[in-house]
Amino acid sequence: MDTKVTIAGVELKNPVMTASGTFGSGMEYSDFVDINRLGAIVTKGVANVPWSGNPTPRVTETPSGMLNAIGLQNPGVDVFIERDLEFLKQFDTPVIVNVCGHTVEEYLEVVERLADTNASLLEINVSCPNVKQGAIAFGQKTEALFDITKRIKAVARQPIIMKLSPNVTDIAEMARAAEAAGADAVSLINTITGMKIDINRRKFVLANKTGGLSGPAIRPVAVRMVYQCANAVKIPVIGMGGIATYEDALEFIMAGATAVSVGAVNFANPYATVEIIEGIEKYLQDTGTQSVKELIGCVR
Amino acid sequence: MSYRKKETTTVVSQEMISEGIFDLRVKTAAASDCVPGQFVGVFPPSDAHILMRPISICDADPDGQILRMVYRIAGEGTKGISKLKAGDEVKLLSVLGNGFPLETAKDKKVAVFGGGIGIPPMLYTSEKLQGISKETEIYLGYRNSDTFLADEFKPCGTVNIVSEDGSIGYKGNVLDAIRERNYRPEVIYACGPMPMLRAIKIFAEETGALAYISLEERMACGVGACLGCVCKTVHKDAHSHVNNTRICTEGPVFDAREVEI
Ligand SMILES: Cc1cc2nc3c(=O)[nH]c(=O)nc-3n(C[C@H](O)[C@H](O)[C@H](O)COP(=O)(O)OP(=O)(O)OC[C@H]3O[C@@H](n4cnc5c(N)ncnc54)[C@H](O)[C@@H]3O)c2cc1C
Ligand SMILES: Cc1cc2nc3c(=O)[nH]c(=O)nc-3n(C[C@H](O)[C@H](O)[C@H](O)COP(=O)(O)O)c2cc1C
Ligand code: FES
Repeated sequence: MDTKVTIAGVELKNPVMTASGTFGSGMEYSDFVDINRLGAIVTKGVANVPWSGNPTPRVTETPSGMLNAIGLQNPGVDVFIERDLEFLKQFDTPVIVNVCGHTVEEYLEVVERLADTNASLLEINVSCPNVKQGAIAFGQKTEALFDITKRIKAVARQPIIMKLSPNVTDIAEMARAAEAAGADAVSLINTITGMKIDINRRKFVLANKTGGLSGPAIRPVAVRMVYQCANAVKIPVIGMGGIATYEDALEFIMAGATAVSVGAVNFANPYATVEIIEGIEKYLQDTGTQSVKELIGCVR
Repeated sequence: MSYRKKETTTVVSQEMISEGIFDLRVKTAAASDCVPGQFVGVFPPSDAHILMRPISICDADPDGQILRMVYRIAGEGTKGISKLKAGDEVKLLSVLGNGFPLETAKDKKVAVFGGGIGIPPMLYTSEKLQGISKETEIYLGYRNSDTFLADEFKPCGTVNIVSEDGSIGYKGNVLDAIRERNYRPEVIYACGPMPMLRAIKIFAEETGALAYISLEERMACGVGACLGCVCKTVHKDAHSHVNNTRICTEGPVFDAREVEI
């Protein structure tokens, strides 16, 4: 039984990783899970300088999901390299660093600062719906996505994963633009823009008014989009959106994902990632499947 | 790091102690590994609720391994939790947050303030202050004469009841009462609504007392990973490197001078 998968030449011991922004840099959840068990760890979005993020309330629950408008609060790439990447060195698990910025230059600065670090892959967040300037603006037009991908690819030392937004008319077209510009992989979906109103206070629940919806509520949308993208491009697709169990993870893999990320469900069940890995192992065993690779895109 | 796990616990008892206010007791080993001011994440019974509800520890019985929470029905999640009966299972994420620094009260004159649904954590706090502080005055602010939990504070110090409508005890708010009594604490511990905490921050600045206040914010992870629950800080926070600190991890208890509320 073989659970290994490969993304842009980086081998993962299994296809299960954490979704950016839901697992910190692993420190906070290392009381719950053995980081060494994870296929990869994807860190919170990091910018060239510290960002304070949005005012609170930043999070609220919705049916089978949640809205967040954190606004990419982060300590900046220098602290991130010294503290977070240093902490992650003790584990035998590839690190994928999620990168954000307001301008192409800011993204490039972070990517260049990460060149000589232990980051195995870079995930470029061009799909955060919660910051006013930059971020998602690059992920909603094919030309802008093509341009930023090409410019980052030109300077990046590590392979790059473009993280796609579901807040577009045709996500497959975005995946194609990223591939055409040289992206090594795409990941999807980032959160779906939503809103919640407190009818008693007659106000928006989130200070930012809108937030990104994630959790089991978005799973069917995410599975459909992963299927569309996997059929549109040849580069690997990393799937996420509401994954809670190994059954959910296998849906994404069968739809065409080479690997999957677990996001909001970490909050509900901090043990979710390891339980999913164990579930996939058992599924392979029970069904006599040699390798998880046989399942990737097996439903057409 | 103390007790840190998500576990399925059993409800020992649950009763309504006042209109819409419930007293929930569960069996967990966390009861012998927690301090006053810490909280737990209680998961509502329905899976459609993916986030825990932060509820303060009202009391802990390490011998019986019983953790006690007193909470008000605020919405769907707490309504679901209120339906739990003895013997039912309830999932907890525990133990969360830093807790009140009680050593600071050593041989000092202390004031404990609790306002409304901020009263429950102050019971455990007052109990544990016994034998540490030189003197403890307790100020409990209620809306009216429905003074839930008040009797249980009696063994811990001088209890001063305050009601907004004046139907019992001092009329007004807890600050009106402490001024009227002319009590000058050196250390303050408080939990309650934001206007009360703001007034306590100012009172402490004026009188030179040290004030520790417990803050609330909407939470997702409860363990410091999501950055959902932040509060503005006066100085750059050591973890975030911006003027923001995580209430679930660096808090919920802060030195009033350090936070902008
Ligand atoms: C550290 C801490 C300790 C607390 N201790 C107590 C306590 O001892 N007793 C008590 O009655 N209440 C306490 N609260 C408040 C309690 O967590 C909320 O009343 C509860 O989460 C409401 O959930 P709901 O589903 O009923 O309400 P809804 O409004 O339906 O909840 C929707 C979402 O908003 C969140 N939310 C709503 N109100 C609050 C709030 N005031 N603070 C934080 N999150 C909120 C919920 O957790 C949920 O995710 C505490 C809050 C914090 C942060
Ligand atoms: C609190 C929170 C913070 C997030 N922060 C980031 C981030 O910094 N960068 C990013 O690319 N995606 C971020 N995301 C999006 C997730 O990585 C993921 O794409 C999305 O939540 C869908 O997966 P899920 O339903 O499993 O949570 C965040 C999501 C949440 C809930
Ligand atoms: S609730 Fe997630 S950081 Fe505090």
